[in-house]
Amino acid sequence: MAYILIFITAIFVNNVVLSQFLGICPFLGVSKKVETAAGMGAAVAFVLTIATIVTYLIQKYVLETFALEYLQTIAFILVIAALVQMVEIILKKVSPALYQALGVFLPLITTNCCILGVAILVANGTYASYDVDPSLLTGVVYAFSTALGFALAMVVFAGIREQLSLVNVPKGMEGMSIALVTAGLLAMAFMGFSGVDGGLKLLFGI
Amino acid sequence: MKKLESTLPNMAIVLTVISVLAGGILAYVNSVTQGPIEAIKKQTLDDGIKAVLNAEDLKVEEPDTLESRDIIYATDKGTAVQASSNGFGGTLKVLVGFDGEGNITGYQVLEHAETPGLGAKAGEWFQATGKGNIIGKNPGEKELTVSKDGGDVDAITASTITSRAFLVAVNNAYKAFKGGATDGNSGATTQAAPAEEAAPADSVAVETTNE
Amino acid sequence: MNNFKVLMNGIIKENPTFVLLLGMCPTLGTTSSAFNGMSMGLATTAVLVFSNLIISLIKNLIPDMVRIPSFIVVIASLVTILQMVLQAYVPAVYASLGLFIPLIVVNCIILGRAEAFAAKNGPVPSIFDGLGMGLGFTLGLTLLGATREFLGTGKIFDFAIFPEDYGMLLFVLAPGAFIALGYLIAIVNKIKKA
Repeated sequence: MAYILIFITAIFVNNVVLSQFLGICPFLGVSKKVETAAGMGAAVAFVLTIATIVTYLIQKYVLETFALEYLQTIAFILVIAALVQMVEIILKKVSPALYQALGVFLPLITTNCCILGVAILVANGTYASYDVDPSLLTGVVYAFSTALGFALAMVVFAGIREQLSLVNVPKGMEGMSIALVTAGLLAMAFMGFSGVDGGLKLLFGI
Repeated sequence: MKKLESTLPNMAIVLTVISVLAGGILAYVNSVTQGPIEAIKKQTLDDGIKAVLNAEDLKVEEPDTLESRDIIYATDKGTAVQASSNGFGGTLKVLVGFDGEGNITGYQVLEHAETPGLGAKAGEWFQATGKGNIIGKNPGEKELTVSKDGGDVDAITASTITSRAFLVAVNNAYKAFKGGATDGNSGATTQAAPAEEAAPADSVAVETTNE
Repeated sequence: MNNFKVLMNGIIKENPTFVLLLGMCPTLGTTSSAFNGMSMGLATTAVLVFSNLIISLIKNLIPDMVRIPSFIVVIASLVTILQMVLQAYVPAVYASLGLFIPLIVVNCIILGRAEAFAAKNGPVPSIFDGLGMGLGFTLGLTLLGATREFLGTGKIFDFAIFPEDYGMLLFVLAPGAFIALGYLIAIVNKIKKA
């Protein structure tokens, strides 16, 4: 049950974009159309899950074994950069259809702070894991749900922005300004989920 | 100076040299800063224990980490307990001082992920000078709860969940203190066990608005 | 004089926060108070100045194809050094910025300036560029932090302007970050046109 709780909390309650402020750049940058937003969301979900597994293993079996924790940042960012390249090459060979859909977004992902941020959170075990000891499994569940939360925020936001492009906006507010205020309203809507995890805990009897 | 060509040996050499240099420098900085970092951590902990026990000089015995990840620091002037609960935004960690009878001598919020500005008030609200004073109370006589739940502690305005979570953490600290201080006295430990299971439910809020 | 122009370019004309809209994660995530915003800005400035300096010095030793990975290694090392130094000597700042310190690595401003400026210019202009961009970023973050702190709690840099009970808490919370930045950008746009 705890896994369901981690899943729901990561998507809605602690949404990675709207309450943790990770991955804002793609959230604002590639959210003009629902299609591209969905593509970016899918690419992030894919890379984030793999990156979390790899960086977790590196943390546990390399950095902690050799007492090299201070190399965490540098090791993780290099692993993520290399991983993104690898995913790109493999996708190109194995599934051209998927590569068509996600390819454009992959190079942008290396500097998406939600990947590095979640990798660090999972490796250090500092995320809401609800009384379950942080392990690879909870980490993966958390990472995947976080990515889904990212995709959800992206798609919803893109939907609103598509509508927004059809209406008249005060001159000074055009462009990024109105987008940010919209994001603020969306974040406010997501704040409505706060406390839901507490209720679910009660429901699941954890 | 001419730019190096992008040949395979060149690239491999440059990347290796940069990585090795970076690793070396980091190892050096790490060895320099490790001492101060440890010292600061210890200093903060020592200061915290002194503050919550209201004592200037005291001897801290070997800390005792319980199964529930609570930590007991026994001293000659009382006992400081580090305990936690689930707050509004994540774990809420407190350090609570108890005298021999289990009266609260002081507390400190060590770590919280509550709403900035509101939840963070817990650091002052429950002190002797705050509105929800818990200093001197004994959680063994009556479990601490907010007035909304029939208790006698005033909750922080507009942060009921944080207040509840804080009090649950303090109660947890008391249970850990009792469990540890009685040295396997079965009466206290068996009493504490079921209460601890029920504890997380206390931190749960059924209302939709919190802070 | 030319260096001065490079410096002012980063602070005003190409202000990373209000004009280029780079590094949005720390901009929104760490500005719950003016002090936090300023700390984050200065931390980023330190990394930016040193990364620009080092990269402009070693740019000719790096083959083009491994440019980006080499830059990332340099930046990540600087960030780790900063992280350790902050943790050892200013633990309060380290605690309040938390996860956003290692995330300076993926701040687009730093890699962006390394690519766009330091890789093409000498060490001295690169330092000025890093300083200008960093101070521009600091200015943006401090301004946003001050706005949010003022509206949310009635204080600026912990100095009370009006009683805290009248504060609009929303501005300290997540939605307030987006909304405050949105309006600040609108104001900057307006000033620029005038």
